[in-house]
Amino acid sequence: MGVLTARPPSAYEGAAHGGANAAPLLEIRGLHKRYAGVVALADAQLRIGYGEVHALMGQNGAGKSTLIKTLTGYVRRDGGDVRFLGEPFAVHSPQEAQRRGISTIYQEINLVPLLSVAENICLGRAPRRRGLLDWGAMRTEAKALLGRFGIDIDVSRPLGQFSTAVQQMTAIARAIGFSSKLVIMDEPTSSLNDEEVERLFTVVRQLKADGVSVIFVSHKLDEVYAICDRITIMRDGRWVHSADARDLGKLDLVSHMLGRDMTGAHGKTTAFTHSAGGRPRDTLLRVVSIGADALARDVSFELRRGEILGMAGLLGSGRSETARLVFGADAPAQGSMQFGGAPYRPHTVADAVAAGIGFCTEDRKVEGIFPEMSVADNITICVLAKMGRGGLLDEQRLSELARTLIKQLGIKCSSPAQKIRELSGGNQQKVLLARWIATQPRLLILDEPTRGIDIGAKAEIQRLIRGLVDEGQSVLMISSELDELLEGADRIVVLRDGQSVAHLEGAGISRAAIVEAMAHGRPASAEGTMQ
Amino acid sequence: MTKASSTLAPTGGRTRGGLAWCSRYGALAAFGVLLALNIAITPYFLSLQTLNINLTQVCTIIIVAVGMNLVIATGGIDLSVGSLMAISGVLAPMIFLGQVVLIGNTALAVALAIVAAIGMAGLLGLFNGWLVSRFGIQPIVATLILFIAGRGIAQVLVDGNLQTFSVPQFAWIGQGALLGIPTQAFVMAAIVAAALWAMRRTRFGRYVLAVGGNERAALMAALPVRRIKLAVYAISGLCAGVAGLVVIAINSASDANQIGLGTELDAIAAVAVGGSSLGGGQAHLLGTVLGALTIQLIRYTLLANGVPDAASLVVKAGVIALAVWLQQAQRRT
Amino acid sequence: MEASRLERLFKHGATLALVALIAFGAIRYDNFLSLYNVMSVCRTNAMFALVSLGMCFVIMTGGIDLSVGAVAALASVAAAKASPLGVTGGLAAGVAVGFAAGVVNGLLVTRARLLPFITTLVTMLAANGCALLLAGNQSVAVSYTSGFTGIGQGDLGVFPVPALIVVALYALGSLILHRTSAGRSVLATGGGEEASRLMGLRPDATKFAVYAASGALAGLAGVLLAAGSGAGQPTEGVGWELFAIASVVIGGTLLTGGAGSVLATLAGVLLMGTLFTVLNFENGLGIISLSAYWQSVIRGLMLLAVVVLQATVMQRRHRHAT
Repeated sequence: MGVLTARPPSAYEGAAHGGANAAPLLEIRGLHKRYAGVVALADAQLRIGYGEVHALMGQNGAGKSTLIKTLTGYVRRDGGDVRFLGEPFAVHSPQEAQRRGISTIYQEINLVPLLSVAENICLGRAPRRRGLLDWGAMRTEAKALLGRFGIDIDVSRPLGQFSTAVQQMTAIARAIGFSSKLVIMDEPTSSLNDEEVERLFTVVRQLKADGVSVIFVSHKLDEVYAICDRITIMRDGRWVHSADARDLGKLDLVSHMLGRDMTGAHGKTTAFTHSAGGRPRDTLLRVVSIGADALARDVSFELRRGEILGMAGLLGSGRSETARLVFGADAPAQGSMQFGGAPYRPHTVADAVAAGIGFCTEDRKVEGIFPEMSVADNITICVLAKMGRGGLLDEQRLSELARTLIKQLGIKCSSPAQKIRELSGGNQQKVLLARWIATQPRLLILDEPTRGIDIGAKAEIQRLIRGLVDEGQSVLMISSELDELLEGADRIVVLRDGQSVAHLEGAGISRAAIVEAMAHGRPASAEGTMQ
Repeated sequence: MTKASSTLAPTGGRTRGGLAWCSRYGALAAFGVLLALNIAITPYFLSLQTLNINLTQVCTIIIVAVGMNLVIATGGIDLSVGSLMAISGVLAPMIFLGQVVLIGNTALAVALAIVAAIGMAGLLGLFNGWLVSRFGIQPIVATLILFIAGRGIAQVLVDGNLQTFSVPQFAWIGQGALLGIPTQAFVMAAIVAAALWAMRRTRFGRYVLAVGGNERAALMAALPVRRIKLAVYAISGLCAGVAGLVVIAINSASDANQIGLGTELDAIAAVAVGGSSLGGGQAHLLGTVLGALTIQLIRYTLLANGVPDAASLVVKAGVIALAVWLQQAQRRT
Repeated sequence: MEASRLERLFKHGATLALVALIAFGAIRYDNFLSLYNVMSVCRTNAMFALVSLGMCFVIMTGGIDLSVGAVAALASVAAAKASPLGVTGGLAAGVAVGFAAGVVNGLLVTRARLLPFITTLVTMLAANGCALLLAGNQSVAVSYTSGFTGIGQGDLGVFPVPALIVVALYALGSLILHRTSAGRSVLATGGGEEASRLMGLRPDATKFAVYAASGALAGLAGVLLAAGSGAGQPTEGVGWELFAIASVVIGGTLLTGGAGSVLATLAGVLLMGTLFTVLNFENGLGIISLSAYWQSVIRGLMLLAVVVLQATVMQRRHRHAT
């Protein structure tokens, strides 16, 4: 495949990796940043040479975004030393950073889609003639800049009419137009197809040849290895490791990101640990080659009654997207599903809920809680129809249900009537869990149920889930924490780049196997074969 | 982004508490102050007559504000209520005066007229809801259409002419009284009570708050978002229909050009001052009632003490701005 | 692609409809295209045109200005009061008052961060009250001896002065929109406020400017109202903002902001104004008798058609993208 071609050597490679005297383009040391008491960056560091393509990698919460934001002046840093082009570098806004030579291409293209391509490239330093904008000069310049990347389009058409790939090129062209020496690309390939990715790589190589360095923030291992010279890994706000791409193996890379010794035996048995063996169970949910877009492309797995099926994968591997497809929140472009033995094609979320599926979403603030409503109301909102007659609420049953669940899940609130927005994140998560448990679903999908929750609450929730499963509940659990999956999941499906690449069960479940699949996995057959 | 904080409580508790108090209870406090002020300096304030005058003026606003509150609670707004009042207020006389269909029994005609007028307004409200839920049109714009066209429809129906009538079976709505209190106050109380009941004791009430509180979460929770939106706009229309009838009953006259003029602003003001967030998710109905009463009392205070009516408009504007600002500031902490 | 065909329809729809309506009128009625009638239409609609110009810019930034009618009324009273000082005096008073109102709007939107809808609703109330207070609850006659009325009732050659003012300002507005960085900023602010901030443009300053400009234009409209009708009218202006919004939207400007055309707005204004004339002429023929009240109904229908079309295009584009 195109993305795996080896990178041609660059004229600046010597300077990038070379002698001890090679002064770096950018040097960050000891960067600190706290947000309301939470440490986002602690002693972060980074070193970028001239004409170097440098990957910045790490899981959720690693601090990559914060590093970029403090570097470009989007937020103020609390401490640390930054030197750019040999000079101290401290800016107060991304505009200023751009003027000084650092441009950022954001994941959501931060340009104005209703304005023309030429304007998006030139606005902010547009050529003028007699005080008025010189459209001719703007168009010429835009065409020239894009031409360097081999792009030939009508630059007077609105940007929004072009594909994401072209929009990205436009963003890069804008950066070049501003004579940037360093271009930061945040997840640039997330919406591109293979051909467009190859085109982007050509552009990046061109930048390199022109002496411009690139910080490539990405989670796609193959691409990083195809285009980047050096890789820096961050974890928990700290710098973990930097190395030349050719000196760092994929397994080492993944283990640096996840942060555990790969070979070490994992923990003792906890209340969450699944019971080994057990009678064979029948299939509750069968998903065959389901896919919708670039993020969830081709996923197949089986979930059996009364088990916890763990879904593992790196950030961006398509797990949440797959869950949304199962839940009817998005429409699949391919594939089929069977639930409870019958064909299952939900058109809306209501269909999924009616079929008996519940979904505890990953982002509770955006898609989960009703901030102004009470804890009790948040819990009972999905079962109002079941617990009432003809539109009227059965207050007693509802408050009993709420109270029971509050107690069962150990939700810390002053009373069931307390507004949910006053609760801590962990307790809010418990409320959302309670909401779906109340619907007594046949299948419960949990997307990162213990993320951002303290250890004590985490164990409680895990114990709770195990309790439900022991009583016959089936659970699909998406998690980024291997330990959690290793402990609790009966079987595990691993996703990589939107495809299911491994189905592990029994003795086949091990940290090494999961990591291997995340790093190198290739799609396997849909039936649960042991790897 | 940063890691999610799990055990830390939300910050800014004290400022938020202060602002929240102002927002929730500001209207009550203001009302109390105004009441005291009036008792002290306005002559004849504590009389049944004063009460009746104020009630008469404020009833229609409260009736409309109840519907408006529900719409705002879902994150929307309804600018068409004034025009819907006009349509209702013009349609009813046409029916019971026999211009549409001849009905022998006056009482029957009046009943039919009431039902038809309110029903029409409700239907038009449903149209608003359809535009918002089916096409995703911004509520301001969707209801702007009837704001513009609705009054025109009313005017076209009667060619802009004033209709006067002498139909006691109808007029009692606006001119009658029970125990010295105007009939429309009872109508208003009934509507407020019904709305309170619906919001507290029915599924519908919870859904309204959920849709306005977090629409994405409501969708993910499989709530009937579209139906809820249709319903609240229909209800707003029905309230406007009732209000239109009350207005024409008060003077036994129906003027398509004047009915409901500016009522949408008054209703929005009542909701804002009453403490419900204009962004949705809250429906403090009693607060809205209090908000309307407060604004009315401000107006009366100024009038009774010789300040020109126009000045009260400026004061009203200031009060609304303050109320909204407080609400927003409180939400942001 | 179907979407772009519809978009082109938006851009030119108003103009096409206007041309069609004028053709219809010219064929059907005598004297429809007479100089008197054409100039009369231009003079009557000049005020609305000015208000619509301001509204166009405000809507392009993604906002809305509901206060323009009340501000125009207030300005008309101020201008009437200052009219003894002649054209300059009246003009300055009216425009200054309008500008001040616009500044208040701009500050509330950019500093206090209130929603434009609520902000301009509040200024509308306040302006209404101020107008009544200033005028003493009645119309304020202008001075006929100072030459003030010339700006509203006078002609320059065959063209009414108000019409010339409108043409000049629209030309200026179009130039600003298409040929200056400030104009593009307006579109950028509406099309992506965060993006425009990252691009180095200043959305807050832009928003402040458009509200101030809208206020000033409303003030000018008020001056024309006073000069044209001979009196400053504190209660006139009701519904002007609706006329303006309808014109702007029918002209193809997106209500959500980020795209629009000044000239198409003018087409929208003329379309609505011509409609009124057509109604008059039609009544004059005696075949049917449509009262002037039908105007609002037809305006509402036109707005409905455009809004639904815009929404359908948006929905389709959204579905296409995801």
